[in-house]
Amino acid sequence: MDFSFTEEQEQLRREARTLLADRYPPERVAELADSAEGWDPASWGELAGLGWIGVSVPEEAGGAGLGFLEEAVLFEELGRALYPGPYFSTVALALPELPAELQRDVVEGKTRWSASLDGSLVPDLAIVDRVLVARDGKLVAVPAEGEALETMDSTRRLGRIAHGAEGEEVGDASAFERMRVRAFAALALEAVGIAQRALELTVEHAKTREQFGKPIGIYQAVSHRLSDSYAMTELARSLSYWAAWCVAEQDDEARVAAAAAKSYASDVAVTVCEYAIQVHGGTGFTWEHPLHRYYKRAQWIQSYGGYPAVQRAEIAAAILG
Amino acid sequence: MDLRDTPEEVAFRTEVRGWLEANIPTELTGPRSGEEAYARAWHDWSRKLSDAGYAGLTWPKEYGGSGAPYSHQAILLEELARAEAPQHMGVIGLGMAGPTIIAHGTDAQKTRYLQKIMTAEEIWCQGFSEPDAGSDLAAARTSARLEGDHFVVDGQKLWSSFAHIADWCILVTRSDPESTKHAGMTYLLVDMHAPGVEVRPLRQITGEAEFNEIFFTAVRVPVENVVGEIGQGWAVAMTTLLHERATLGFALTASLEVNLRKLITLARERTEGDPILRDRIAREWIELQALRLTNYRALTQLIKTGMPGPEGSVSKLQWSEANQRLTKLALEVLGPEAQLWNGDGAGYWQYQQLRSRGNTIEAGTSEILRNIIAERVLGLPRSR
Repeated sequence: MDFSFTEEQEQLRREARTLLADRYPPERVAELADSAEGWDPASWGELAGLGWIGVSVPEEAGGAGLGFLEEAVLFEELGRALYPGPYFSTVALALPELPAELQRDVVEGKTRWSASLDGSLVPDLAIVDRVLVARDGKLVAVPAEGEALETMDSTRRLGRIAHGAEGEEVGDASAFERMRVRAFAALALEAVGIAQRALELTVEHAKTREQFGKPIGIYQAVSHRLSDSYAMTELARSLSYWAAWCVAEQDDEARVAAAAAKSYASDVAVTVCEYAIQVHGGTGFTWEHPLHRYYKRAQWIQSYGGYPAVQRAEIAAAILG
Repeated sequence: MDLRDTPEEVAFRTEVRGWLEANIPTELTGPRSGEEAYARAWHDWSRKLSDAGYAGLTWPKEYGGSGAPYSHQAILLEELARAEAPQHMGVIGLGMAGPTIIAHGTDAQKTRYLQKIMTAEEIWCQGFSEPDAGSDLAAARTSARLEGDHFVVDGQKLWSSFAHIADWCILVTRSDPESTKHAGMTYLLVDMHAPGVEVRPLRQITGEAEFNEIFFTAVRVPVENVVGEIGQGWAVAMTTLLHERATLGFALTASLEVNLRKLITLARERTEGDPILRDRIAREWIELQALRLTNYRALTQLIKTGMPGPEGSVSKLQWSEANQRLTKLALEVLGPEAQLWNGDGAGYWQYQQLRSRGNTIEAGTSEILRNIIAERVLGLPRSR
């Protein structure tokens, strides 16, 4: 049993964290989130250039031939940075289900994808080229046409796909089950990145903000919330890494692990952000402070594919019959 | 990352599982046939575990241990839980006194005590808490006055498990009466059969007396029973507590897993698809996996670096609250019958639920654990 990332994976994490901190400081995320497009299209070429899009794509199709654990590192770091762009939609949802000839264009940064997992709402619809939908038991690629919607988390906007568009059959609908498992694992990892960042911001605040002549972190009413946030985040991290490993290994437990990780980690990210807002006081309630952006992404994750009670029902079915 | 057992771990797990199947006595897995008979069977079982090399698994070979990696300890505890077999009864000796003696004791002490801890020939108890020194251990007042080659000990300890059957006690004393706080403390190994030691049971909310008070009246303890230096007892006591919390995680998680399995069996018979109960059971299942996996992450860290990682500090906090929720949930599944001591399960869940209230108090209250995380992991300013 070895529950650690390899040195190469840790190296990837360090590189990703440094680069993303440089490209996406909170002011930049806010600027993009409040813009009409919601992201910086030039960033996509950079991610492709870094090889992040094709991490788990086989080398024959132009990818790096690595696996979901490397992607896991990136999902966590991109979540932490609140990267606004269709990485989750393209890489977690669509890419592994595409035929090799379509994958190459994606890896090179030429096309972006999303999918309609279980309804009409499609993440990043307005900023991708094509969308995978289920039609008559088939996996069908349709153009990304439809209505862009205003969403609470403006760094990952939803759209409603137009029905009836001409499509190209690219596989069968069993792909959606794999897609859902991958999506849940990826979102759990993002949630961990978000919770970790919100906690760090709050610890820093509690160390420096003084009231009654002392840093507020000295008061247990404050510090114990942060201890709980830490504990929850670590527990969520353990579940998320488990889910990531199960997906990477195509383990029999992947489905239940991903459901457990997504439900738990998204609840944790929401709670940690709520504690963070509370501890920041009035500042945490302002539009100017970045916390609400993390909070909104955490809620986006919580809602996707059904709120956590939906995943728990799936787990109950597995353990109770 | 590879969450499967290594081939070597598979071999050890298979060996332990086979051994347990062949050796667990029915007195320990079936209904209890009286406290004394149970205690006797438990004692025999502990010796059997020791003979098979499963006590002191990670202890150095030179003192009779097996010198096995920590992962074996985790596997052993998981397999014991799976078989619903009790652990070795010398939990204080194996988990606290032994590791402290290994870390700070003299060669003579190691030779004298370690082997008998493993064989359950000598049972240990812990004399740390006092009426006015609970979470604040540095307020301990039990005095140890040096007279020639002996200390004379006077004072009172409490919340001591196993004291009524113990042969030895790890005792935190104040050897310098002028001192306060962490200075001037001395860590002693005290013979529980010595004149002047009196044990009185403390009846707890479950109705049983698992804990005790210990009174020391002019008890003579030879100076060779000091662990570490005279006056440096605080550092030694911290080693004990570190080990208490470090080795506890897997044992506690294993016991929670047993309870969850029992709850699932009960729920299958009783809940008839109640979606709220199903949701709450799924929630506890997830919480248990999170705890189990976090222990594994901590174990990986320990094996790789030799130092427990910060994630380990979460384990006891999470377990205690999970066990409290889970046992209450079991009573709800039982319904109004939950009030009966002789209903379904013959009082098992009633006892477990009441006992669980101690979980957030014993071995570091949840408040102290949150302080530890806040100060040592997050680096927040000290509140005291």
